[in-house]
Amino acid sequence: MSTHAPILPILIAFAAALLQMVCDRLSFQRFVGLLSAALLVLVGIWLTWLADDGQTRVYALGDWPAPFGIVLVVDRLAAAMVLLAAVLGFAALLYASAGFDQRGKHFHPLFQLQLMGLLGAFLTGDLFNLFVFFEVMLLASYTLLAHGGGLARTRAGISYVVLNLVGSALFLIALGLLYGTLGTLNLADVAQRLPLPGYDRALTRLALALLIAVFVLKAGLLPLSFWLPQTYTAAGVPVAALFAIMTKVGIVAILRLQVIALAPAMPDLLDHWLTPLALATVVFAALGTLAAARLRALAAWLVLLSAGTLLVTLAQTSAAVTAATLFYLVHSTLAGAAFFLLAGVIAEQRGPAADFLVAGPQPQATWVRISFLVLATTLAGLPPFSGFLGKLMLLTTLREVAAGTAVWVVLLGAGFVVMIALAHNGGYLFWKHRTLVGPAAAIAWPRATATLALVAAGPLLAVLARPLSDYTERTARQLHAPGAYVAAVLGPAPARIAREAIR
Amino acid sequence: MEALLAIAVGVLSACGVFLILRARTFPVLLGLTLLSYAVNLFLFASGRLRFDAAPLIRAGASYTDPLPQALVLTAIVIGFGMTAYLAMLALRALSEAGTDHVDAGREP
Repeated sequence: MSTHAPILPILIAFAAALLQMVCDRLSFQRFVGLLSAALLVLVGIWLTWLADDGQTRVYALGDWPAPFGIVLVVDRLAAAMVLLAAVLGFAALLYASAGFDQRGKHFHPLFQLQLMGLLGAFLTGDLFNLFVFFEVMLLASYTLLAHGGGLARTRAGISYVVLNLVGSALFLIALGLLYGTLGTLNLADVAQRLPLPGYDRALTRLALALLIAVFVLKAGLLPLSFWLPQTYTAAGVPVAALFAIMTKVGIVAILRLQVIALAPAMPDLLDHWLTPLALATVVFAALGTLAAARLRALAAWLVLLSAGTLLVTLAQTSAAVTAATLFYLVHSTLAGAAFFLLAGVIAEQRGPAADFLVAGPQPQATWVRISFLVLATTLAGLPPFSGFLGKLMLLTTLREVAAGTAVWVVLLGAGFVVMIALAHNGGYLFWKHRTLVGPAAAIAWPRATATLALVAAGPLLAVLARPLSDYTERTARQLHAPGAYVAAVLGPAPARIAREAIR
Repeated sequence: MEALLAIAVGVLSACGVFLILRARTFPVLLGLTLLSYAVNLFLFASGRLRFDAAPLIRAGASYTDPLPQALVLTAIVIGFGMTAYLAMLALRALSEAGTDHVDAGREP
């Protein structure tokens, strides 16, 4: 059974999508969707547990050995990302099942397909297969973005789709160049061939740089990040919550490419440009939080801010920084998604004022107020919750690097600005208009549960910080031994040399 | 042959990029289509151009690399689906906003 474990997440989501397309009765679709999401969480836990023995599990599709066939690779990083995506997917789907899914057709199958694309992108060990899973994820996200209708969504959708289509074209050009020069698209094989002579280094470098350009487009690095706040603000609440992990797909892809293929052969590709641009992204996003006119826009800027923070660390090649990055990644994904869901709940309680920061009734429910306080503390990086710990780990590990001072100044300054923005908005929403009476709408239990579960992740990650940071440390150590990855995918060195001779 | 293909890819991408930068959705859509043609030709060329060679490995016979052809097929299918969806989205924006400007309905 555990030999087939790596493909299970993709199969579960795909099977659920097919079932939901066969029968479009809403209650059935909800049941299948939530069942699939719950199964994905269980499989994610199982995979994380399996991967924690330090082995890299390789699943050759159709039993074609790499580099001839496509392989799925489960190491600690892939397993942890599967679990994270599954948890997020479950919470978002639970929230959506309270009525959002009725606002248009085919919400549930598309949601499962988006999950499948996400999980596949984390699991695959082949660059062209990564492109395919990216496209599955994007195509589903295009339609999910438009779900619910309205001109704002359509307009945001057009620029989002056009930009990502151009990104896909660049992705394909990069893959063509890489195949033309190195003759392979398997990540481990690329890593193995890069240090060897006998190929056009300049062209290969160009191909890898293009590939990274596509990934930073998805992650939202500054000159390529103007689409992000607009798109995430326009998306429906549960859709935006799921999108919170989409920027992280680009970041994980860069991390993998950088550590496995680039660090041993072309360690200078990310130098000099990634850290300054990422810091600029952080500044840009911090200013955006101050300018946000509605709560969801604030959440979108916070997603961009966390993406910028994570990108700062990617140019560093130390395992300690990677471990801190992964902890921050888990925290920021859950907290970002929680903020979208909470913004939805608050909007529901404020009637026509929705989540716009204008005069309107204050949200009545006590748990909403406490949730906002907890979440704002988490997101601003104040003690005692996970945001503080994540930022602390990042800052301590980044102290030794070359641009350490600049990183400290920018990250701490951005944290301060975010704190001002959150405090100002929280005060405005909860204290300013006490006299106005809002609609006494009860919040549907799925929405409340989903929101509370994600908000609780902040305190929970702080309580479980020790085991989690131990896990991310082991993950980073495994990741920074790329030889083991290559050997696991391509087989031990003697067999590889024999195969090369046959070629 | 190489020169012809290179010129075709160059002209297609230049026209594609020019059209993508237009402010109406229909030229943008055409531009993306042209760009995807250029990309497909480029991908096809990444396996090197060979004449009279089957994409099959046989002893002694010259063969052409089958993998880029499979990649191009995948890219064509995906690109077609994406373009179709964008066309639908553009039509919906046209009917909702009454204009095909890419920033239709933006508040001044």
